[in-house]
Amino acid sequence: MQGIAIDRLAKRFGGTTVLRGISLEVAAGEFLALVGPSGCGKSTLLRSIAGIEHADSGTIRIGGQDVTGLRPSQRDVAMVFQSYALYPHLTVEENIAVPLAMRRLSAMQRLPLIGGWMPGPATARDSITHDVRQAANALGLGNLLSRRPGQLSGGQRQRVALARAIVRRPAAFLMDEPLSNLDASLRVQTRREIVAIHRAAGVATVYVTHDQSEALTMADRVAVMQAGEILQVAPPAEIYADPQDLRVATFIGSPRINTLPAEADAEGVLRVAGQAVGLRVAGSGAMTLAIRPEDLQPAGTGIPARMETVEFLGESLLVHLRHATTGTPLVLRLAPEDRETLPPQGELSLRFPVDRALVFGADGKRAAVRSMAPEAVLVG
Amino acid sequence: MPERFLLRDMPRLALLTVLGLVVLMPYIWMVAASLKPLDEIFRASLSLLPERLHAVENYGKVFAKIPVWRYLWNGVVVCGGILFFQLLFAVPAGYALAKLRFPGSGIAFGAVMLGLLVPYHVPALPLYVGFSQLGLLNGYTALIAPATISVFAIFLFRQFFKSLPDDLIHAARMDGIGEAEIVWRIVLPNAWPAATAFAIFSVVAHWNDLFWPLIVVNGPNYATPALGVLYFRSDEAGDDFGALMAAAVLMTAPLVLAFLLAQRRFIEGIATTGLKG
Amino acid sequence: MSASLAFPARRRTTGEALAGWMLTAPAALAYALMLLLPTLATIALAFTDYELGADGLAWIGLDNFAELLRDRGFAIALRNTILYVALVAPLSVLGGLALALLIETGTRGRAFFRAVFFLPVVSLPVAMAAAWQYLLHPTIGPLNAALRGIGIEGPAWLSSSDTVLLSLAAIGVWENIGFNLVLFLAGLTAIPRELYAAAEVDGATSGWERFRLVTWPLLGPTTLFVVTITMTRAVRVFDSVAVLTQGGPNKASEVLLYAMYEEGFTYFRLGYSAAITLVFLAIVLALVWLQTKVLEKRVHYA
Repeated sequence: MQGIAIDRLAKRFGGTTVLRGISLEVAAGEFLALVGPSGCGKSTLLRSIAGIEHADSGTIRIGGQDVTGLRPSQRDVAMVFQSYALYPHLTVEENIAVPLAMRRLSAMQRLPLIGGWMPGPATARDSITHDVRQAANALGLGNLLSRRPGQLSGGQRQRVALARAIVRRPAAFLMDEPLSNLDASLRVQTRREIVAIHRAAGVATVYVTHDQSEALTMADRVAVMQAGEILQVAPPAEIYADPQDLRVATFIGSPRINTLPAEADAEGVLRVAGQAVGLRVAGSGAMTLAIRPEDLQPAGTGIPARMETVEFLGESLLVHLRHATTGTPLVLRLAPEDRETLPPQGELSLRFPVDRALVFGADGKRAAVRSMAPEAVLVG
Repeated sequence: MPERFLLRDMPRLALLTVLGLVVLMPYIWMVAASLKPLDEIFRASLSLLPERLHAVENYGKVFAKIPVWRYLWNGVVVCGGILFFQLLFAVPAGYALAKLRFPGSGIAFGAVMLGLLVPYHVPALPLYVGFSQLGLLNGYTALIAPATISVFAIFLFRQFFKSLPDDLIHAARMDGIGEAEIVWRIVLPNAWPAATAFAIFSVVAHWNDLFWPLIVVNGPNYATPALGVLYFRSDEAGDDFGALMAAAVLMTAPLVLAFLLAQRRFIEGIATTGLKG
Repeated sequence: MSASLAFPARRRTTGEALAGWMLTAPAALAYALMLLLPTLATIALAFTDYELGADGLAWIGLDNFAELLRDRGFAIALRNTILYVALVAPLSVLGGLALALLIETGTRGRAFFRAVFFLPVVSLPVAMAAAWQYLLHPTIGPLNAALRGIGIEGPAWLSSSDTVLLSLAAIGVWENIGFNLVLFLAGLTAIPRELYAAAEVDGATSGWERFRLVTWPLLGPTTLFVVTITMTRAVRVFDSVAVLTQGGPNKASEVLLYAMYEEGFTYFRLGYSAAITLVFLAIVLALVWLQTKVLEKRVHYA
């Protein structure tokens, strides 16, 4: 069984291009998080996979079948909406049963409009009841079956939406920011539950979120999207440690990665504000040196910086500084006990392990660090 | 504390009570006269209570002279029939205009807005000629058919359906529900506030309408309550105000009682649908 | 964009379009048969001499409208209608506003009084007209009996040409005031409470000052809406005239719709009646046009 394969999907709304020829594959059983700032096209991409939106060009295959022109109901995918989109007039049990009833019962058997169904083949209805209970129990909804969505808490509604998605055993799960309407503590707990559901179902899952911590904690692979393009698809650790694009580096990670304007000379020696930082890169010209806040350390010599404020976060300290000559803002993350290593005020020097330095060319793409320069004054 | 507030509130309450009594005056005298014998009415005394209770005679006369139940039943059939078709036509159209993109939807919505401007008196003459040529005058068809299309209902439902989340419709489509079924299974069950408001508006409007029934109906068989009062007044009662007031009470009672039972819904229904009088 | 785009998108569009057409078709059919064609026919009829039962009809151009200009009865009907609107609209709008403020300022009896004043809106107009006829009866009516009690001989309210329009207008106000009251109440509850607090802090201490500073400006859109809707409702006055006066005495209470009804359905002069209908429609459209004009200019605070 194959997962989802998207090939050169493009879409415009009026004058704006929302998807610029997206190609993406999600393996069967894989959990892929689609992350990006709002308006980057991630929801449009998800809705195109669902069949709610239709792309202008390109193809979508789900489970090996080309579904590009098919209606949502013909695609064998289930979706969890940000607003949950539960039917307010149906009970929890009926809500979960709808996708099954639509598939297993004929139009005649569904005829009495709301709620109950005509006496159809007992087996079909029994199988629906059985599957609905199973899905509901799996999500701890067993004692809420006769409630209506209006009588449920946000977290409970969210579970009903999940149950309605899993009850069908679809070829793919699509989730559109399903946790964004939950409060913080519930969100963290539900993350694990969604991952567990995904494991149990073993179905290709595309999970859209603007919250990078969700993407990093839940997904097998993370796809970072911006301005209608996928910038990089990689496992979470790789996305964080080895971003291939400056926009990925700056989007992922909190606080934001430090970026310093730099210049590489003809030999590739990289300088920040005229000061060699101990790196030699492929290429020359304007570059950007990017270093995660936790990779910067105070030191006797190195990049000169002026300290501004210190934030205490409990498990760590954030030190806000500025580059002494260029004024570029910098952030440094320290363990609380390292506070003493900071000078009481004012000036200090920073250094970093060279193998953690990320260098990006003027086009935003990663520039290979060829070697450490012999005069590597800043090597930690 | 509350007593002091009540004291300060007294002038307002007194004023409202006086004004309320003024507004209720026609009802008070209508009911009072319906209980009085004719000679008491003609004495023009200002006493509300009858000296001799004449209710049985007055109301008895109404029931003897005119088919009260027939008129009320006609009112029910006409209002029910109109409402049924209005919903049948307007709910799907409102859904399509709110949630579907299709060529012609712009024109359709324009037609709805245009229709809102035209009072129902305007097409009355040709409709009358048409029904007369088809031999349908003096029947339920002629009473019901012209009102089956309510552009106002289409407009109202469109506005209401627009406020339903798109994702609810998307979820229904993903669950495999077809468009027509979405209307009846998903959209309508969630449109009860709009549907009740419109139903109240529609029933009040058509129960009380005189213009169109007066044009197409002749004789008591298909007369609505409004026509019934008119007939009774001109044919039977003459100056028998006791019986006339009894007839007026009887024909007014159903809606007024319904209003008193569900006045909040009535007021909301008519106020929110107040666009068209 | 590239040429390969259209196929899947179009297949889907067709499905949605088909559903859209199917769902609007019944309404469209009823609209065409019951509203569009008859309205167009009315417009066409206005330029003919069509009479019900006559063999044929002829185009007579603007003759019907020329006759309207000469028709003294129509002139009276038009004048009476305008007078009626001029009486009913301001009185029931201001009255509705005053009642709404009176009800809104306190907490007691709100639902009760709202229901009391709203009652006429849901009452069968024909029946209530009969009640008014009794109430206003010159000899046995309680109103004149009460006047007699304080030594005044009341007029024959509905059968004297001096008072008949006033009496009808009074009934019109009675019919409309509760409706306007409810619309104003809705408008009043939509005004944020903090604005009144702010006005008080800013020094608007009297109720009147707060009304001028907050209530009246913020109620602007509601007021405009209430004014237009009351006017269009008043232009349609028919029931009370048909029941109580039949336009009499001596056409003193003749109004547009009743004239149209008489010409069309009593004398069966359908062409002429259609011409009156068009005048009526023109007035209604003019009121709507006026409303949008005013709306564009001002009263926009929301």
